[in-house]
Amino acid sequence: MSFLEYRVKFVPTGLRKVLYLNWPLVVLVTAVSAVGWLTLYSIAGGRMDVWAGRQMQVFALGAVLMFFVAFVPIWFWRNMSALAYVVSILLLLLVEFVGSVGMGAQRWLEIGGLRLQPSELMKVTLVMMLAAYYDWLDPKRTSRPLWVLVPVLLTIIPTVLVLMQPNLGTALILLMIGGAVILMAGVSWWYFAGVATVIVGAVTSVFSTRGTPWQLLHDYQYRRIDTFLDPTADPLGAGYNIIQAQIALGSGGWSGKGFMQGTQSRLNFLPEKHTDFIFTTLGEEFGFVGVFSLLILYGLILVFCFVSALQNKDRFSSLMIMGVAVNFFLYLAINLSMVMGLAPVVGVPLPFLSYGGSAMLVLLLAFGLVQSAHIHRPR
Amino acid sequence: MRRSPKETEESARVVHRRALLLGGAMTAMFAVLGARMRYLSVEQADQFRLLAEENRISIRLIPPARGLIQDRNGKTIAGNEQNYRVVITREDAGDVDMVLAKLAHVIPLTADDLDRTIKEINRTSPFAPITVADRLTWEDLSKVALNAPSLPGVSPEVGLSRVYPRDTDFAHVVGYVGPVSEKDLEGIENPDPLLTIPKFQIGKIGAERWLEDHLRGKAGTKRIEVNAVGRVMRELERQEGVPGADIRLTIDADVQNFAQARLGEESAAAVVMDVRNGDLIAIASAPSFDPNLFVRGISHTDYNLLTENDHRPLANKAVQGVYPPGSTFKMITALAALKEGLITVDTTVRCPGHLEVGGRRFHCWKRAGHGGVNLERALAESCDVYFYDIAQRVGIDKIAEMGKAFGLGVRHDVPMSAIAEGIMPNKLWKQERQKQEWRIGDTINASIGQGYVLTSPLQLAVMTARIATGRAVTPRLVRMIDGKEVDSPEFAPLGIDGDAMRSIRSGMYAVMNAPRGTALSSRIADDALVWAGKTGTSQVRNITTAERARGVISNDQLPWERRDHALFVGYAPYENPRYAVAVVVEHGGGGSAAAAPLARDIILRALSDGLPPLTAYPASQRNRIESMLEKLPLRDAEGRPPAPSRA
Repeated sequence: MSFLEYRVKFVPTGLRKVLYLNWPLVVLVTAVSAVGWLTLYSIAGGRMDVWAGRQMQVFALGAVLMFFVAFVPIWFWRNMSALAYVVSILLLLLVEFVGSVGMGAQRWLEIGGLRLQPSELMKVTLVMMLAAYYDWLDPKRTSRPLWVLVPVLLTIIPTVLVLMQPNLGTALILLMIGGAVILMAGVSWWYFAGVATVIVGAVTSVFSTRGTPWQLLHDYQYRRIDTFLDPTADPLGAGYNIIQAQIALGSGGWSGKGFMQGTQSRLNFLPEKHTDFIFTTLGEEFGFVGVFSLLILYGLILVFCFVSALQNKDRFSSLMIMGVAVNFFLYLAINLSMVMGLAPVVGVPLPFLSYGGSAMLVLLLAFGLVQSAHIHRPR
Repeated sequence: MRRSPKETEESARVVHRRALLLGGAMTAMFAVLGARMRYLSVEQADQFRLLAEENRISIRLIPPARGLIQDRNGKTIAGNEQNYRVVITREDAGDVDMVLAKLAHVIPLTADDLDRTIKEINRTSPFAPITVADRLTWEDLSKVALNAPSLPGVSPEVGLSRVYPRDTDFAHVVGYVGPVSEKDLEGIENPDPLLTIPKFQIGKIGAERWLEDHLRGKAGTKRIEVNAVGRVMRELERQEGVPGADIRLTIDADVQNFAQARLGEESAAAVVMDVRNGDLIAIASAPSFDPNLFVRGISHTDYNLLTENDHRPLANKAVQGVYPPGSTFKMITALAALKEGLITVDTTVRCPGHLEVGGRRFHCWKRAGHGGVNLERALAESCDVYFYDIAQRVGIDKIAEMGKAFGLGVRHDVPMSAIAEGIMPNKLWKQERQKQEWRIGDTINASIGQGYVLTSPLQLAVMTARIATGRAVTPRLVRMIDGKEVDSPEFAPLGIDGDAMRSIRSGMYAVMNAPRGTALSSRIADDALVWAGKTGTSQVRNITTAERARGVISNDQLPWERRDHALFVGYAPYENPRYAVAVVVEHGGGGSAAAAPLARDIILRALSDGLPPLTAYPASQRNRIESMLEKLPLRDAEGRPPAPSRA
């Protein structure tokens, strides 16, 4: 129980905890979600009942969850980490087998009318698990091979399970989250250098042998990689989404076409306009100014997470907050790169904006953990 | 296990350092995203704005309403009717076969429709709408509109379609419209964008084709907003086109109807012309066909019926058909001789029934001969030897010159299809065309409108009008364009001596009214309408010496296609000419029996407001005429065909 190593001068109890919440974070998260409601209302052609209303309900539910998680002491959550991790892995296995038979789609589990994506939950429990591991581990052993292998395996197992769904986007995020937490825990740079060398070597050998008799992949696999990397080569097929998304963003100009005036979204040129591609509607209707404001809100959320993590003397807490921040950042960075045509299309929602319950609930749960760590930090 | 504070602090420092490093990486990523966004929505904004507009706005042409074609009194000959149709666009339909299969459950579609649609869809660009079914009922159209959500790319449309209410009456004059074909586009340098509209209908033959520029009008445009699947969301801007000009022809629909009905099932043609201004009052050609069949897309069976018919319903015999004019040409031969001063009215030629020329014997139709005949008798009784004799003296070149002056062998400029020039031969013509010397026998044949001479009924009508007036009357078909009268020119005198013209006219008067005139039975009894004319019977076969010795086989004994053509030209009233008429009945037998009665009925119909008055006929014929007129299948005032119960 490493927490007891610190002298807990003062930990708020009861309703006093409300005063010690990280209020700026609460406000920022609500503000970003509000932008989401506005955009969903616009995309639905000025109707609450299509998406915006339900999104608000999910947010309300998530907010309750967030406050609940926040008010429970962080050491309780740390002690739950291993259990949460195991449960998540079991849920992943469950969708792998039951999901395919029971519901046709593998990614969801239907629980009481609520769709739960175990892979979303996994992102948070992986962060918790790794943070708890490094909290437990003697820092001197951090870089020893055997003690590096454990967190690597803890990351690889869920990654492989998610990849089998198949959900490439989430698998990559899991890998990167794990890597980020391992990195922050202080594992020697040499390991990362080694992994980077292996990846670069593999990629170059795959591509440099292309066209030669000893090429490593089949031709059709190369072609698939080509369209994945450059969808604009196929403007009516794979590239359609990305081209239309860029048209929407670009045509918004400096200040946008105005609320509810986006032609690309209103006339259905934008695919997935209320989920993964919601940012394009925002860009079309509010232009560069609107998009820039949203980026600032996102940036502020990350800044407040960083400040909270750096202030926290508890190793579990700071690693966990950083993990959640990295998770949050990866969501928006991958989504925005995809929408702006900087990265291939992978199914990653935009945090707090994209329509969908699972991602929203898990994110609020994660921010609940951040709040709990903030309230119960050692002083 | 307790850790030293030093250790803890050291590990916390590592976390801080690495966290700041990650923070730096994230900031860099934010900078990249911001820069990309700036590139898209600030630097490239104009281009993307254009692309977004191109996405949503599409410009469509609005076809203008085609001008109406009316008769001289404003009765509709070619009009436009609302046409409900269903079109499909490949781009929006996705799986065309599936959508068509679904559509076939909603409205009745034949296998033919489907085949044709799929063929056309594969041929044209993916965004071009293809008509699947035409002329649907309002009910079917509503069904398609109701099922629109499950029929992507399919849309119901209302358009105008050409309709010919007086179907068979004007098939040859007005022709018909049809969809633009590749062939139509070939000859055009910068085609009107309208022509690129699929299924856009343009005039194919007849006045529809030759007056196309007036009738078509100018396309309008509309800018419309479409959504991603091409559905029209709203109209942003509309610029109306200019509808085509309405055109009034010189034809009188009622006279035309009467002429067409009177020709009946004969293979025949009749042209009525106003001698004062050249207005064509009727241009009938029988049998006819229904042009509406062609507009709707004629079936193979119907088309074969038309092409296999030996009476050639598709041919416009009035302007396109050429026939040896036979004895109707004799006025020209006589005028040539009169003009050259080789004969006078009183010159008498003895007709023994034949004439020996260059070792060949040319027969008169009357074997016994006419005895001594002057010009008037020669015309009235149609003595061939008289014209053989004078033609020998005047020569073919003078005759041909006279023929051309009276509009024979000349292409008259009327907006109709396949207008024949006919043949008015002379020595040079034979040299060039046949590579042979002109023989005297050719002149003999030509003198009575046989041999190389070929004329169309229209030319014969023009000739008759010029004889009646002594002026160079030219035919015209268009009376008004877009409400403005087309000027009718003052016709120049032909420059033929008045006495010569009068003697020809009195010869034609005698044809109808002299006791031995060939067309006495087709005279008009009404003093005010008394008329003049000339019969003609032209051979389509050679009569051999052997046959002549045995006795010429009469027309009744011959198969139809070897019988003589019956011709008649005439004008009325004699004193104050108003109309000229020319009638040709293919293989009809004698001109006096087969053509003259038709010509009389038709010209009387033109001269009166309703049916020909019985008082105009000789008393003995009235009963027969009355019952004949009663049985004619005429249209009512609105142009509706007679009820079939009459037959």
